[in-house]
Amino acid sequence: MPNVSNAPALRLTDIRKEFSGLVAIENCSLAIEAGEIVALVGDNGAGKSTLVKIIAGVHPPTAGTIEFAGKTVQPTTDANRNDVEVVYQDLALADQQPVYMNLFLGREKIKRPLGLLDRRGMIDEAQALVSQLDVRIPSVTATIRDLSGGQRQGVAIARAFHWAKRIVLLDEPTAALGVAETARVEEIIKTLRTQNLAILIISHSLDQVFRLADRICVLRRGSQVGIRRTAETDKNEIVSMITGLA
Amino acid sequence: MDGVHRLLDRVDVRQNVVYVGFLVIFLFFSVTLWDTGFLSSRNLINIVLQTAPATVMAVGLVFVLSAGEIDLSFGSIVAVAALVGAVVMQEASALVGIAAALAAGCVIGAINGAFVAFLRLPSFLVTLATMGLFAGVARTLTDLRSIPITNEAFAGFFGSGSLFGIPSLVLWTVAVVALGHLVYRHTTFGAHVVATGDNAAAARACRVKVTRIRLSVLVLSGACAALAGLLYAGRIQGARYTLGEADLMIVIAAVIVGGTKLNGGKGSIIGALFGSLLMGMLNNGLILMGLSVSQQLIVRGLIILAAVAISLREPAR
Repeated sequence: MPNVSNAPALRLTDIRKEFSGLVAIENCSLAIEAGEIVALVGDNGAGKSTLVKIIAGVHPPTAGTIEFAGKTVQPTTDANRNDVEVVYQDLALADQQPVYMNLFLGREKIKRPLGLLDRRGMIDEAQALVSQLDVRIPSVTATIRDLSGGQRQGVAIARAFHWAKRIVLLDEPTAALGVAETARVEEIIKTLRTQNLAILIISHSLDQVFRLADRICVLRRGSQVGIRRTAETDKNEIVSMITGLA
Repeated sequence: MDGVHRLLDRVDVRQNVVYVGFLVIFLFFSVTLWDTGFLSSRNLINIVLQTAPATVMAVGLVFVLSAGEIDLSFGSIVAVAALVGAVVMQEASALVGIAAALAAGCVIGAINGAFVAFLRLPSFLVTLATMGLFAGVARTLTDLRSIPITNEAFAGFFGSGSLFGIPSLVLWTVAVVALGHLVYRHTTFGAHVVATGDNAAAARACRVKVTRIRLSVLVLSGACAALAGLLYAGRIQGARYTLGEADLMIVIAAVIVGGTKLNGGKGSIIGALFGSLLMGMLNNGLILMGLSVSQQLIVRGLIILAAVAISLREPAR
């Protein structure tokens, strides 16, 4: 039996994924501790999004094992999806619904015995959540379409934080944001770290990667090139690893 | 013009157009038709009785539109369900006939739903096809003949009867609207319906069973149409293939004017009720004003156009 208590929140071992015989990703091994932020970097087509989808349970790996807190899992089952929350590039928010309904979408609070929606309970819990993460929105009853890009991203991250038991995957969380909104979202991501969640972030911005991540995992053409501690490397080395030009 | 736009943005007229329109038209008819009996309780109740089947269909359609789909076949389902119920009642009890009619509506709704949910065909095209298909079935079913319903209990329960002096059609309207509103606003099913219509990919990412929702709303619409067929059958004590034929545009207009978005994500059962009553009141008032059929069509069309234009207008950003 593995030592579950000391095991990393996420461990990938020799992950390989093929689509109709084409290798999308291979030889990928990575462990992320609780409270750690690891950045996944690489050029377009390097396999970053595929790896995130494998961890999230969208695609089963062709080979390799995935462990959540020391337990090997089949990530495509609903039970194991409870460990992982993903913030997708398109945010997966319902624009015309209020913030609190988006935070609870698919996992609404209900009142017994009639099983009716507990809107008051969801509003109160949503308010506490956005306050805890300091997500600055006018109200949790505001509709998503009335929020700015940064506020929407804050809501999406808050939802992931609320439901994730161990791991949050962030796919380009600030790609569409301005400077001030990016800084705001980065603050929220740093707050997630203090909540003992393991965070894997995909980003094309090396500046952001160096601001946020503890370690950097580089992929190139579907293969893992290496993992570096942010404090022990620099942008030149990471760019060399991404491009393959030593 | 800018001033009007700013005013429309500040006061969310789109949300309340049906209530404002209802009030304005009610006041207009009250003043212009004060000597024709428009305000008599008999006439006002008559409006509710005449709109009962349309209101029931509108409740089903709110769910369908909110889920980002459309059902054009409910008018045909009305006729098929009423005829199935009437034919079965000739050989069996009223209860069996009612069950057969509702089952027919659910089955046709499920056929629509299966094409839309599992084969991902556009609901507009699927229900356009089944609208014609089941209109043909309704004509074939009894070879264009009307089927009388002689069961008094059935006629009382669904049409001409009353409870504590309240006509059964009014009770059906209240019951269906109340149940529809409860499910739409206060259950996870209702929340998942609007989320599916708002952003199906987001709903799916949040574990909402989008395929099941799409199937369910079309089955629900079929069931509501079948119930509307029973209400028609109870009122006229018989069934014929023309039932529901003229309801398609009126019900869609009632639902849209009532605040439900044509492309999903937002709707209102109470708004649909008032939309339906508004259509009934227009019909009633224009007849009392002595307008010819062609004049009624023109005036009704213009009023619906204005209401829909205001209710669907996107706010400036």
